[in-house]
Amino acid sequence: MSVTPSGILAVYKHVDSASHAIRQLKEAGYKGFTVYTPVPNHEIAAAIGHPTSPVRLWTLLGGLFGCFSGFAITFWMSYDYPVVVGGKPLGSVPPYIVIAFEMTILFGGLATIMGLLFHTWREAKQTPYDPRCSDDHIGIFVPCPVERRPSVEQALKTAGAVEVRVE
Amino acid sequence: MTTATQPTYSEVTRDVVASMGRPGRGYYILLGFVLFVLAAGGVAFLYQIRYGLGMAGYQPPVMWAVYITDFVFWVGIAHCGTLISAILYLFRSAWRTAVYRTAEAMTVFAVMTAGLFPVIHLGRLWYAYWLFPYPNQRQLWPNFKSPLLWDVFAISTYFTVSTVFLIVGLVPDVAAVRDKVTGFRGKIYKLFALNWRGTDSQWRHYTKAYLFLAALATPLVLSVHSVVSWDFAVSIVPGWHTTIFAPYFVAGAIYSGLAMVVTLLVPLRTTLGLERYVHEEHFDNLGKLLLLTGSIVGYAYLVEYFIAWYSGSPYERESFYFRAFGDYWWATWTMIICNAFLSQLLWFPKIRRSIPMMFVLSLFINLGMWFERYVIIVISLSHEYEPFAMDHYTPTWVDWTITAGSFAWFFTWFLLFARNFPTVSLTEVKEIIPMQRKTTAHK
Repeated sequence: MSVTPSGILAVYKHVDSASHAIRQLKEAGYKGFTVYTPVPNHEIAAAIGHPTSPVRLWTLLGGLFGCFSGFAITFWMSYDYPVVVGGKPLGSVPPYIVIAFEMTILFGGLATIMGLLFHTWREAKQTPYDPRCSDDHIGIFVPCPVERRPSVEQALKTAGAVEVRVE
Repeated sequence: MTTATQPTYSEVTRDVVASMGRPGRGYYILLGFVLFVLAAGGVAFLYQIRYGLGMAGYQPPVMWAVYITDFVFWVGIAHCGTLISAILYLFRSAWRTAVYRTAEAMTVFAVMTAGLFPVIHLGRLWYAYWLFPYPNQRQLWPNFKSPLLWDVFAISTYFTVSTVFLIVGLVPDVAAVRDKVTGFRGKIYKLFALNWRGTDSQWRHYTKAYLFLAALATPLVLSVHSVVSWDFAVSIVPGWHTTIFAPYFVAGAIYSGLAMVVTLLVPLRTTLGLERYVHEEHFDNLGKLLLLTGSIVGYAYLVEYFIAWYSGSPYERESFYFRAFGDYWWATWTMIICNAFLSQLLWFPKIRRSIPMMFVLSLFINLGMWFERYVIIVISLSHEYEPFAMDHYTPTWVDWTITAGSFAWFFTWFLLFARNFPTVSLTEVKEIIPMQRKTTAHK
């Protein structure tokens, strides 16, 4: 598989070995490596130390937009073609809360998905992948130039990789 | 999953992928049968379109009948899926992982079924799109003060959010299946896996997004059946006009949905060979939830009768007397016995842990909950204020065939889903099993 960037792919069976390897890589100053896990894992996430995902901002903005548009369409449409129903005021807040609530959830949910797709797409890299990583193994891919490969290979192996290969 | 025989990660993948293998002859016979019933329902529907709603037994004063009963029934079924997938997720309940995918798929298909009924119930169904607010030549907008329009927003939001929630949960599972199967199926799963590779960056955004979707789905599920209950409670029909309706309907919805989950899981676990993942502990927990919600429903029945008496309103009193001892006494007592009394058997752990008993009980609860909606809708409408305006309603063959067709529609989708997608979430089942460690010492 000819993929750029080239580097070293290590496969681990044990979560503690993998997190140890990640910490060592970070200490050695490596950045931009990719970790594959079959399930989200706290130990691995703590070792990598990513900041909180910005998806939450999408949820908040989507929800606020939904709430605003829920009230906006109900009020605007009620006054655009005024029909008095049941002797109630044209702009009745209590029933419109229901519409605004549902639209808050709808837009909040859809914005969350858009945020998820956007951020994963933006950070996506065509790095080498080992199909065992969706089953029960943990993979670490370190992009590195040829001259630094031996030291990276050594570090990943010492941490307890079951397989280390150049990709 | 606390049993000693905890499966390993690779066993989970193997077993779940194996459950999606080539199904036996029984599967195709069942699929053929439900498709036949679905076709029969379709024919009855065409007949009704040709000759009008009178074919469904509609005549004043009962202009809401079996279709609205079916609508409320199917929306109710949907609710349990979101309870298990979102509310129990927020509560970090570990046992939900093995059953949530089935429940969530059930939610989506039940909402799809429910969504048919407001349209089937329309006399001129080709105008159904008038329900949505869109700029039009007549310059008219829908009436936002009507609970029927709140329903349009609630149900369409519920359908969208629960479908998205199901798909998001499926992506890592489909990716795991993609890495195991080859050939044409492998290519299809590769397409559906959306390039999921379980990278740290993907999981980082995914876990947050999933959490927020669960947090949004939780108030949504409570709101949807409240809104459905307001279709009734906001009107002034005796038997409908009461403030207890929202919590009463939500509890009843979750109750009926849990029963449907049990009904689906019992055959599913044996036919797909998932006994190791869905076992007595899950049925025990589902039984406890059934007991809780069944007791709330039983309490609501009591309160309804008490308030009918305590209100002093002769119309309310007459309406509730008629429910218990009038033309439809059999429906009322079916509902009370199946929902309020039979659920009390679940106090016994032996019953909760007996899978055949739970299955039989779940069928009775499904029946009882269908009749609950029938009782609320049909009996209340047939016996309102004016004695000269009271009449008896009997469902026709068109009603029954379309109702049977709705079950067939639901099961067709479910059977197709169970054949092609993991009915047990392998990612979430793995999540509650600790990953292998080299050293036994935990951090």
